[in-house]
Amino acid sequence: MKGGQAIIKSLTDAGVEVVFGYPGGVLLPLYDVIYDSDLRHILVRHEQCAAHAADGYARASGEVGVCIGTSGPGATNLVTGIATAYMDSSPILALAGQVPSNLIGNDAFQEVDTLGITMPITKHSFQPMKAKEIPEMIKSSFYIASTGRPGPVVIDLPKDVQEEEFKREKDIKMDLPGYKPTKKGHPLQIKKAAKLIIKSKKPVILAGGGVIISESSPELLKLSETIGAPVTNTLLGKGSYPEDHNLSLGMLGMHGRKTANFLVDECDCLIAIGCRFSDRTTGNVDEFAKNAKIIHIDIDPAEIGKNIEVDVPIVGDAKNVLNALLEMILKEKMNLNTEKWLNHVKEFKNACIPRMSYNDVPLKPQTVIKEIFETLDEDTIVTTDVGQNQMWMAHYFTSKHPRTFLSSGGLGTMGFGFPAAMGAKVAKPETDVVAVCGDGGFLMVCQDLATIKEYDIPIVICILDNRRLGMVAQWQKLFYDKRMSHTHLGEVPDFVMLAESFGVSAERVERPGEIKDALSNALKSGEPSLLDIIIDPEEILPMVPPGCGLTELVGEYKVESEVPGEITYHEKSQEKAGE
Amino acid sequence: MENERTHIISALVLHKPGVLQRVAGLFTRRAFNIDSITVGTSEKEGMARMTIISRGDEKVLEQITKQLNKLIDVIKVRDLEYETTVKRELCLIKVNSPTEKIRSEVIQYAGIFRGRIIDVSPETLTIEITGDSDKIDTLIDLVRGFGIKEIARTGPTAMSRGIKTM
Repeated sequence: MKGGQAIIKSLTDAGVEVVFGYPGGVLLPLYDVIYDSDLRHILVRHEQCAAHAADGYARASGEVGVCIGTSGPGATNLVTGIATAYMDSSPILALAGQVPSNLIGNDAFQEVDTLGITMPITKHSFQPMKAKEIPEMIKSSFYIASTGRPGPVVIDLPKDVQEEEFKREKDIKMDLPGYKPTKKGHPLQIKKAAKLIIKSKKPVILAGGGVIISESSPELLKLSETIGAPVTNTLLGKGSYPEDHNLSLGMLGMHGRKTANFLVDECDCLIAIGCRFSDRTTGNVDEFAKNAKIIHIDIDPAEIGKNIEVDVPIVGDAKNVLNALLEMILKEKMNLNTEKWLNHVKEFKNACIPRMSYNDVPLKPQTVIKEIFETLDEDTIVTTDVGQNQMWMAHYFTSKHPRTFLSSGGLGTMGFGFPAAMGAKVAKPETDVVAVCGDGGFLMVCQDLATIKEYDIPIVICILDNRRLGMVAQWQKLFYDKRMSHTHLGEVPDFVMLAESFGVSAERVERPGEIKDALSNALKSGEPSLLDIIIDPEEILPMVPPGCGLTELVGEYKVESEVPGEITYHEKSQEKAGE
Repeated sequence: MENERTHIISALVLHKPGVLQRVAGLFTRRAFNIDSITVGTSEKEGMARMTIISRGDEKVLEQITKQLNKLIDVIKVRDLEYETTVKRELCLIKVNSPTEKIRSEVIQYAGIFRGRIIDVSPETLTIEITGDSDKIDTLIDLVRGFGIKEIARTGPTAMSRGIKTM
């Protein structure tokens, strides 16, 4: 068997059905094998989209996503996608071509030090120098990528190794003496946590992406209802807990819900599960949950105590730990009484329901999100790009199920939403998939309209089009004296014409009430489509300035109860829009 | 920082290409300080032992060991207790010694520090000395007056005293 055949055999042995890739000179031997294989290969139009698609595939399905890029520029184009997956603990395998082993180090054509470049952004990486090493490396890659705290793995494949003949062993053994992820939490720590929870009068649960990865949403729900604790979530934790539940507080942090930010400040016990206390979540760490004892459950020991000092650390898989914790809480003589707290939570929550009903033209983003939400089935997978579109979605969109809200949290990669939606749709062909992007981020990856057309991947792209780099513009407006340096994107392109030139049907939406029809028609069509939704470029989301505590929101936090009984339609004057 | 101190981190790692880069890269990437790093084979086949000298407070140290532990090629990491650890460093010092008088002085100093002269030329003497870093520093200071041509130090390697292993 040749090295290239071993790669494909190992992938299919690992259960891979589809890969996203882009061929190149040093990958010719591998692609020659792909030509005859049953493996579905989706030819993207830029390697970055291959990596994001693999990432979207992984986030939607929980399975390892696979992407392929050639040596040199192919590999460097994968880098952004690999880093995105790394920051958000998403399991992907990136196969990169490499120049023949005898040329490595010679600055050969399309040679780059892929391993060196990707080392800080991968969980692990391999470079087989003999074809016989391939089966074990690929098997180990899947194991490493998908277990413990998941993450990307890179395999750098020299051309000659893909061509080399070897005899494949029957049994592929892995030898990873340095890799033993902790699964079970320490019983003593869990007991401490249980005692703390039972004693607390004002508990809050903070759910992170780890809840989704460990598939412990049912345990989370049970815990919150058992102990009577409201649940807030990080950006990546969105969907881990039904946001329409009366105990849900919505997202926490810089762009979080007021309810969440204030109640975390008030709580006396914070139970953080599978989150890493990013600066965007905590704000000023000295102010963060300053009245609370903090319990931190995470599978990655290095996350404990990294950003926030915690009182009870528990290292382990969230599902295991939550089950053990629940068992212990139920066994202890329970005298939980959080009724007073929950009444307060309920009142405060009702007073802070953010305003989404507007009748303005150009459309208010809040209204757009509301209409998108009201149109979609609750199991629809939505992806977002990065910036205002992302924060509006995170803030206003109600997610109810895990793996239905996919967003680049840690790296904040513009251009993620569209290719990730493509990957998610390939993973879940029966589920509706909608990408909500800004015009800036979408333009970074728009060439892959060709991919969704050619492979008939029927996702709907909703562009929240304000012709701005909205989030940067928002900061300029708030903190840089309204000096709008290079954040206006101008009048081109026409996104409808752009989409149509790829054969993707498209529609422009400009008025309240029009999104529902446009979106449901697009979904019903079963074809890839794009909606260019023109929104108010001046709208900003209240936020916590960097370095401030979570309760120090700036910007008016408009609430739904202020909405006048009957919204009267009014056209916004040009002067006001151009302020 | 107030609680900053020197730590001796001993790590057992797989002896294969790229491991040193992974470890060193981690220190750079996480802005951990690194004073010295030594690598060599260990008592276990296919594994190497690294000794890393780093400065930082307890929190930094905890992060260093945890992040090192996360590397797939790292088998074990231990922060060796300073007081109960033997630390030895090898240093070669090429000293300017053009006259008989200077040569005999340098040889005497080397002798006091249990160093050895391992190379002689009409103009220079090269001293080999092992010991903990303070001892080496002291010898270097003593011969500095004669003019030091070159110094090569390995950085400390270390292990726990007594029966304890990592």
